[in-house]
Amino acid sequence: MANDSNQSAQASTALPIHIQGLTKRYGQMYALDSVDLEIRSGEFLTLLGPSGSGKTTLLMAIAGFNRPDAGSIRFGDTEMILTPPHKRDVGMVFQSYALFPHMSVAENVAFPLKLRKIGAAECAERVAEALATVQLSEFGERGIDQLSGGQRQRVALARAFVFGPRILLMDEPLSALDKKLREHMQIELKHLHEKLGVTTVYVTHDQREALTMSDRIAVINDGRLAQVDTPHAIYNHPANAFVADFIGESTMLPLSRDSVGRLTFGDQAVTAEAPADAAADHLLVVRPERLFVLGAEAADPEKTIRFDGTVREFVFQGETAFALVVVDDRYELSVRFSTDSASSQNELQPGDRVSLGLHREDLITIPDSA
Amino acid sequence: MGWLQRSASDTQVTHRDRLWLYVVAAIIMLLLVIPTFIVIPMSFSDSQYLEFPPNHWSVRWYDEYFGSSKWMRATVTSFQIGVLTMLVATPLGTAAAYALFVSGHRAARAVFMFLITPMIVPVILIAIGAFYAFGRVGLNNTITGLVLAHTVLAAPLVMIVITAALRSYDLNQELVARSLGASRFKAFFLITLPQIKFSVVTAALLSFLTSFDEVIIAIFVSGGVNATLTKHMFAALRDYIDPTIAAISTIMVLVSSVLLLATQFIGNRQK
Repeated sequence: MANDSNQSAQASTALPIHIQGLTKRYGQMYALDSVDLEIRSGEFLTLLGPSGSGKTTLLMAIAGFNRPDAGSIRFGDTEMILTPPHKRDVGMVFQSYALFPHMSVAENVAFPLKLRKIGAAECAERVAEALATVQLSEFGERGIDQLSGGQRQRVALARAFVFGPRILLMDEPLSALDKKLREHMQIELKHLHEKLGVTTVYVTHDQREALTMSDRIAVINDGRLAQVDTPHAIYNHPANAFVADFIGESTMLPLSRDSVGRLTFGDQAVTAEAPADAAADHLLVVRPERLFVLGAEAADPEKTIRFDGTVREFVFQGETAFALVVVDDRYELSVRFSTDSASSQNELQPGDRVSLGLHREDLITIPDSA
Repeated sequence: MGWLQRSASDTQVTHRDRLWLYVVAAIIMLLLVIPTFIVIPMSFSDSQYLEFPPNHWSVRWYDEYFGSSKWMRATVTSFQIGVLTMLVATPLGTAAAYALFVSGHRAARAVFMFLITPMIVPVILIAIGAFYAFGRVGLNNTITGLVLAHTVLAAPLVMIVITAALRSYDLNQELVARSLGASRFKAFFLITLPQIKFSVVTAALLSFLTSFDEVIIAIFVSGGVNATLTKHMFAALRDYIDPTIAAISTIMVLVSSVLLLATQFIGNRQK
């Protein structure tokens, strides 16, 4: 998250985005349903959601490529709803890069500067600077068809920030790259954002990418925001079943209540007190990697919740091993183990009885919205 | 004859296996072009009448053509109308193709079909319609009238060529250009047009040819001092047959072939 000193240093380049009541309909379908979102000055915010969730519609509305039916988008104090895209001063990177093939790398990067009637000398200087930032200094004279996918991505980036936009928008810019390069570029983009300090809105459907790069993540589903928070909070404190299910792997177990309203699983108390929302049913969200095999010694019930079950599947997947454990003959728990040679669980076989523990500080309970 | 053994494609078929296909293709091509090329030897005949093959050779009919003020005037008219049709049809057709391609409106396809109907409707119907319509507004026998009528025929060709070009073009480039500060107008002229320019030139040449070769509409709505070359040729064939027509035809085949080769050449450059 951008701290205060960072914000003041970048005040000239970054702007906050205030989105209020933004609604966009396509026929009867709400692509955006009264979305309120405060994007802070200089932060890296990711719009994360499944396809068709409305994340791209929201990005395009910020860019000015669609006209919302209702609501407000302000950059700083300026209302933007009626401003055409070319007057918004927003840098944008598309999934397809959309480099101009009839121009060299340098001409592509110079394009926004030429439109702003910046003199040849300053233009050349800024293009060189931008290409240096994306480590393509030697490539200015090249044609677009002489570049690799990763290099094209960098040119598209340089072109989007060379004119010093107040806001940078990216629509799944890394999805066309292979996995290794994508992971490398994620880190590079993060560094670039730290260097430029520009308010960045990034769209992806890849949760790992969102968790890796973002200051905050806005999880979006069916045209509504499901949760807006830091990657850590989104993962560890999902606000609802959609976020818990969409981010990371998880098993959701229905909880009961005891006589004083505390949530229980079987005969074990899950919460110390009754939840605030007393009426609703609750679910226990179990992250597979947070489970561990209990040894022969009994675990302390003050600190640990215990699940006894039978292994149904055990699959070696490289860095982790994955198991399905059936608990109470009803619930299938997904479990991930590390595969280091010391781990006893390497020998688990389907049919084995196993006891799994979960630390109480790793417990996540959410209201059951379904 | 080593090439006979080589494979003709990415399969096991050799050129020897394909030999029959080459022969059939050659015969079909000859059947298509012989009627066109037969006028070439006829145009070099010394005879008063069209004959094939000619008994004596001469270029007298070319002298006749280039020496006749009537033929020369008609030729100039045809070029004028061709160029004007090109200048009107190319921007119109390009704008229509672009707008319909970009709009995504559900009526776009229907509008496109409507605009290319002149390619499907028998030209004689367009000619008759134009003749009566132009009669009311005094456009018969004028250059303006014929240019308008020829534009009706040429614009659909332009639309088809430009739409094909836009299909292989990434329209996101225009979105990027607009986000980088270009108005829609600038985005089209700085980004899209340079990338479809060869198709635009091809479309322009085809527009010219459409007008230059056209005879049916010309018979109806052109006349007097503004009669086209094709109209004069048609009249000449009806009234008196002499090899001047073959000489003019030869020149027209030459002009058309050069322009068509040019469009092919340009099309290849684009790829």
